[in-house]
Amino acid sequence: MRRLKPFFTFGLLMAVFMLSGCSDMIVLDPKGPVGAEQRDLIMYSIWFMLFILIVVYALTAFIVYKYRDRKNHKGYDPDNEGSHLLETIWWIIPIIIVIALAIPTVKSIYSLEGPPEESKDQKPLVIHATSVNWKWVFSYPEQDIETVNYLHIPEDRPVLFKLTSADSMASFWVPQLGGQKYAMAGMETELYLQADEQGTYEGRNSNFTGEGFTNHTFDVMAMSDAEFEKWASETKADAPELSKGQYDKLMLPGHVKEMTFSSTHLDWVDHATNAEYALDARERLGYEEKIPHSRAAKEEKKKREEEMKKLEESESESESHGDSHAH
Amino acid sequence: MKWDEFFVTGDPMIYGADVSIVLTMVGILFYLTKYKKWKWLWDEWLTTVDHKKLGIMYIVSAVLMLFRGGVDALLMRTQLAVPEAKFLDSQHYNEIFTTHGTIMIIFMAMPFLIGLINVVVPLQIGARDVAYPYLNAVSFWTFFIGAMLFNISFVIGGSPSAGWTSYMPLASNELSPGPGQNYYLLGLQIAGIGTLLTGINFLVTILKMRAPGMTLFRMPMFTWSSLVTMVIIIFAFPILTVALALMTFDRLFGSHFFTLQGAGMDMLWANLFWLWGHPEVYIVILPAFGMFSEIISTFSRKTLFGYKAMIWSMLLIAGYSFLVWVHHFFTMGSGALVNSVFSITTMAIGIPTGVKIFNWLFTMYRGKIQFTTPMLWSLGFIVNFVIGGVTGVMLAMAAADYQYHNTYFLVSHFHYVLIAGTVFACFAGLIYWYPKMFGYKLNERIGKWVFWVFTIGFNVCFFPQYFLGLDGMPRRVYTYSEESGWGPLNMVSTIGGFMMGIAFLILVYNMYYSFRYAKRETTGDAWDGRTLEWSTPTAMPPFYNFAKIPEVTGLDHFWRQKQAGKVEKLKAEDIKPIHMPSNSGVPFIMASFFFVAGFGMVFDWMWMAIAGMIGVFATLIYRSFEYNDGYYVSVEEVIETEKISK
Repeated sequence: MRRLKPFFTFGLLMAVFMLSGCSDMIVLDPKGPVGAEQRDLIMYSIWFMLFILIVVYALTAFIVYKYRDRKNHKGYDPDNEGSHLLETIWWIIPIIIVIALAIPTVKSIYSLEGPPEESKDQKPLVIHATSVNWKWVFSYPEQDIETVNYLHIPEDRPVLFKLTSADSMASFWVPQLGGQKYAMAGMETELYLQADEQGTYEGRNSNFTGEGFTNHTFDVMAMSDAEFEKWASETKADAPELSKGQYDKLMLPGHVKEMTFSSTHLDWVDHATNAEYALDARERLGYEEKIPHSRAAKEEKKKREEEMKKLEESESESESHGDSHAH
Repeated sequence: MKWDEFFVTGDPMIYGADVSIVLTMVGILFYLTKYKKWKWLWDEWLTTVDHKKLGIMYIVSAVLMLFRGGVDALLMRTQLAVPEAKFLDSQHYNEIFTTHGTIMIIFMAMPFLIGLINVVVPLQIGARDVAYPYLNAVSFWTFFIGAMLFNISFVIGGSPSAGWTSYMPLASNELSPGPGQNYYLLGLQIAGIGTLLTGINFLVTILKMRAPGMTLFRMPMFTWSSLVTMVIIIFAFPILTVALALMTFDRLFGSHFFTLQGAGMDMLWANLFWLWGHPEVYIVILPAFGMFSEIISTFSRKTLFGYKAMIWSMLLIAGYSFLVWVHHFFTMGSGALVNSVFSITTMAIGIPTGVKIFNWLFTMYRGKIQFTTPMLWSLGFIVNFVIGGVTGVMLAMAAADYQYHNTYFLVSHFHYVLIAGTVFACFAGLIYWYPKMFGYKLNERIGKWVFWVFTIGFNVCFFPQYFLGLDGMPRRVYTYSEESGWGPLNMVSTIGGFMMGIAFLILVYNMYYSFRYAKRETTGDAWDGRTLEWSTPTAMPPFYNFAKIPEVTGLDHFWRQKQAGKVEKLKAEDIKPIHMPSNSGVPFIMASFFFVAGFGMVFDWMWMAIAGMIGVFATLIYRSFEYNDGYYVSVEEVIETEKISK
């Protein structure tokens, strides 16, 4: 027993820590129905897991303590080789636990494929999210506007994200709104999310995409329906149009600041059906990826960063008459 | 190719590594020459086909790789200890986590276990060697050469940096040009040949070479787990071979299996990778289960509880291991039905695994438990592995997995199963069979220090990562902001990581200390064991293992003989000439040619690749014309060996 004490003290401390810290952890502090459903499923499963841990630990402690080799050892039975009853019990109990976990899991899997129950009758807002190393391009086809590295969404209304990628396989994730889904070149995946509270939530690519992966992030601003409509129409009126030249530069690997345009790239390319576009654009700009540790790569990187700066300037210059993406 | 592309330059740590590699090489060459050890090295090790020596070489290589992978881990933990650290840049960090993952799985965990299997299984089944001793040497040398090829990448050409999963299209030429990713492909491919051959070799060995009387259901549990593992290897490794070959074609010869251009399919890579990758994790966990079964039974002085249930659950796990690969990418959007099916199959794996846990617990029930170091590692395994197990079930619930995926929750889970499962087993098995390999035990007192420092460090390192995951920290980020609030838990985690590093150093010191001071074993039965490997009269079995092949009458044959006081004494008239395989330098030479070929392909120097492959084929042809049926050890020699050792 003495030998196992540290484990128990540690386990107990951790359990207390876990339960008290729940509300601080963003996955367990969702701001929409999708995240809430997942939080509920997680909490449901955690209780089962704690039960299993307690049973196994109690049994281990008891057996190890009682049958440790010592003077006056009692109950030694070297040929005790099995018990049908006991073995049946521990085949059946895990099966019951798995069934108890499988039912809500499958229910949730099916329900997450569609819009949240509470807002089923509302028409979802459609946003195309395109990942390109290491930026996110968001197109609002109905509003005919496009943003880079930030999103505005109305609250209490489901948003249907149509995800794709211009190059590496990325994963679109806004932890406080709900779970992630992959964005892949030449493919379109769909993800429903919804915010029930106004606020700014961090979103990111969570699937490793190379050097700039760590900062492959974006912000999601949930606002009232009226505010959203106002923002969308102002953007449409004031933001510059996206040119093909600008978009090509966006295809270069690198980071850019937040940007806003009054037209979308969907007018000429959909990466869900054209997986080669980004590579072609890089070729048009004379860019070729170099061996990472070589001198050539460092020069190339400098060049790319300059291109990005120029792109950012070109967007903000033409935008000088109306600063529409202030938020 | 320019010099600055060939050599990795510009980082003081790399220069330090260059210097230490050169110094080590010079030191080894100097030692071998000064003490005239070249012939010894060649005769005793480089040309050996003895399963015990090959096993020891596997283990030594694995410990070296554990050091390399461990240094990688500590570099990562140092970088992540505080927010916005500048210790490593992004590219360097990416290379390090890629090599850490690849080395730990392919070049540490697997060879460590295969090494122990090599040493132990033929002894456990009462055989004199494996079915194909020559092939066994080929297995080892291709593994070793694959590992070396992969390891030189960090000073020559640059390491791969697309993750150990190497998802396409990130790992394609267009996004990751240069030799780095090629090292991954060729290193794994060459080592994979060795693994596949091991699979075939041990399958045949276990099925065909058992001592008379040892039916399948009298085999020790470690042998059973090895058998099941070999079946998984034979089914899983060809998938990796093909997947790696396809990606190699993409990178070197312009094909479009997984690329962005030419309608390549990146999802196909993910599927193929995990079709191998999931069985792979069972390849590294089942032998671990087998070892714990042996150790727990030995030190509870009691027969294994539910022997048959243990076997059936292992077979179930092996079958399931091929039916769950999609759970590695529930977030790919395969649809509700697919995700539901794979959720349920994945959770179902928990059932036989849970059964095994209870059977281990009840093996101790009504036993007489001795807290030796191998037993401590086994108890530590039960306590910690269960945490990895239950979080695995949580991850299996696809709808919740959308939130865990790609986060530190996942990172923590797989370290809880791979460290508490595989690494604990490697340590437990190493300590348990150490006297069989070297003739003395590792010091128990120091060994217990290793256990406690490592186990506590392990929990301090990985337990906080569950919470980091739930707080949204993604894996593979090289730094994070102050505002994220992830700083304190990361610092805790780093402290735990360094505790594990310290424990490793104490372990190495223990090897040195025990080599110098440990009492040498006088019998072959260091732990009062149950299975045949302990029945040899000498601590380290002679090269032919058994002067007389034992006849087995039941499970735990040796233990029962001891209980009945009927351990047979060897008589001179029982000894017959023993047929043994001859040593051969060909496997080593063949593997060296593989190195040349592999290095050529890594740098896309086809002349060199072709030259290397010609060498490989030349050794194959040479071998097929070689008529060496081995030799006989004379009765006199056997009698003398057995007497000397008595």
